[in-house]
Amino acid sequence: MTDRYDMPDARGHFGPYGGIFVAETLMPAITELNEAYQRYTQDPEFIAELDADLKDYVGRPSPLYHAERWSQHLGGAQIYLKREDLNHTGAHKVNNTVGQALLAKRMGKTRIIAETGAGQHGVATATVAARLGLECVVYMGAVDVARQSLNVYRMKLLGATVVPVESGSKTLKDALNEALRDWVTNIDNTFYIIGTVAGPHPYPAMVRDFQAVIGREARQQCLDQAGKLPDALVACVGGGSNAIGLFYPFIDDAGVKMYGVEAAGDGIETGRHSAPLSAGRPGVLHGNRTYLMADDDGEIIETHSISAGLDYPGVGPEHAWLKDTGRAQYPNITDDEAMAGFHALTRMEGIIPALESSHAMAYAMKLAPTMRKDQIIIINLSGRGDKDMQTIMQREGISL
Amino acid sequence: MSRLANKFAELKASGRKALIPFITAGDPYPEFTVPLLHEMVAAGADVIELGVPFSDPMADGPVIQRASERALSHHVGLRKVLSMAMEFRKTDQDTPLVLMGYLNPIEIMGYEDFANAVQRAEVDGVLTVDLPPEESESCVRMLRERGIDQIFLLAPNTNAERIQKMDAVGSGYLYYVSLKGVTGAGHLDTADVEEKLQLIRQNTALPVGVGFGVKDADTAKTIAAIADGVVVGSALISKIEANLDDPQQAKHEIITLLKSMRAAMDV
Repeated sequence: MTDRYDMPDARGHFGPYGGIFVAETLMPAITELNEAYQRYTQDPEFIAELDADLKDYVGRPSPLYHAERWSQHLGGAQIYLKREDLNHTGAHKVNNTVGQALLAKRMGKTRIIAETGAGQHGVATATVAARLGLECVVYMGAVDVARQSLNVYRMKLLGATVVPVESGSKTLKDALNEALRDWVTNIDNTFYIIGTVAGPHPYPAMVRDFQAVIGREARQQCLDQAGKLPDALVACVGGGSNAIGLFYPFIDDAGVKMYGVEAAGDGIETGRHSAPLSAGRPGVLHGNRTYLMADDDGEIIETHSISAGLDYPGVGPEHAWLKDTGRAQYPNITDDEAMAGFHALTRMEGIIPALESSHAMAYAMKLAPTMRKDQIIIINLSGRGDKDMQTIMQREGISL
Repeated sequence: MSRLANKFAELKASGRKALIPFITAGDPYPEFTVPLLHEMVAAGADVIELGVPFSDPMADGPVIQRASERALSHHVGLRKVLSMAMEFRKTDQDTPLVLMGYLNPIEIMGYEDFANAVQRAEVDGVLTVDLPPEESESCVRMLRERGIDQIFLLAPNTNAERIQKMDAVGSGYLYYVSLKGVTGAGHLDTADVEEKLQLIRQNTALPVGVGFGVKDADTAKTIAAIADGVVVGSALISKIEANLDDPQQAKHEIITLLKSMRAAMDV
């Protein structure tokens, strides 16, 4: 019992990472949130309501699908896909927004704000806000608004106000800045639903705990279907919520390897990437200490990835800790490789993955052939690819 | 006694309040900054808060965000700001200078290297927006060992317990942010500020500067009547932004505004 993983500590530290680094005005709100989170996640009524929502509204459990044809084609390990793309709204993001929205309701907040990159978290937030009848404002970088217009439209249909953010690099990090500015201004009635395992404590732990349903299900499903635990887990990492959701319930299973796949964009060597764990350094941004892409003056470097959801210069602090301790590894995949992964899954299994998830597919294509046929890889298929059609058509010069 | 403590003691003895302008270093271009600092002192500034540009200024409104962007377009980062501070100190040994910014540049430099650099530049205080007292121990220790004050922010929703925390780890002065929001927003509610200052005074003996919402001579006068210092930032930077084609005009307007504040505060 002595060695069980029990991060973070009471103030949200994963070793040197995590913590609470925010302006003073936010401190009382964060304390209030932390207290509510600690209280309600122990509350049987809250847990029952959350479980019912995950089952009947989100559609859980999501299947664990044995991709036999693709596994055979790759000629190595057996690939299983955790089908988060089949959730309501089409990605894993809703697991967390359902949980945080229930918390917001219990705390008496009437207004929801969120940041979004690819738009999946924005859609998942607008969805739960619509269902609970709460006002919803979503901040989204102007660059992302342009490349994910379908999701912008979905959010608007759901009744959310989408605010394009024109400052800085006009992507996810700037949307987070703007959401924090909104929160500090409207702190009394507003609940900020952060979509990834970043931000100040308790967000990294709270989002992880809401996403851990992915790993809990996958662990049991793998035991049921294959009679044993998997040998490796693969998931893409931007902020890292789908990866930690899959990894967390396996952390104490020492035989299960974990691979969090970062976005190498045009290639790490070009500097045009979104891979802080591969090529960044520890610093503080958006309320926590973690690996970041920053220059020698500590200014945040603009990132690049074909997938808006991975286009972020930081990463959840727990991933920083898992990297430093060696419990998980963080390889990276370029835009081109991700596209190859995207096409492979689409053609081999008839499943169109999100560009984010395609990074995990591409890494699994490298990993599987190095493993035995009786070994198992679980890949988190974190979202479906419908939202990316426009991006892919433009990139590949396809016209209808 | 630190230069800041000294200054506040001196002001108290003469029954005056501190006028504390904030500008972003390197805005609108690097050579503009140090001469402006000297002119602000001549116009009646007692303490200067010098903003360190940051790519992601999460607690700032649009005016200071754009100031940061202008400075960063000239590659003005923490190291350059420290060299500006050093240059300022060559000809001004009296006016306390406080660096105000975000934690990441300090993290990347490393706390010890930063504290040494601040000491070399003879900077008197450091105000780090996103470093609450709970996470500040090692940074504060490095600074305190070198006689540098760490200044903390207080907000309208900060309770007595937290004020005591700031009192314990902070020094120099405390900066009361008079409204919930980002810099440059909203209007001052004097009655609110006055009430809050009572709570603050009950929990700390440190001088208290008040900022956010100070726009002109009238608001400066109102705040000076109840606080130990008046902080003005966005109103000054707006002058720069309104005169990007004529920086000398911007400087003239900044100095005129500061002089009017000084005069109103000293009546």
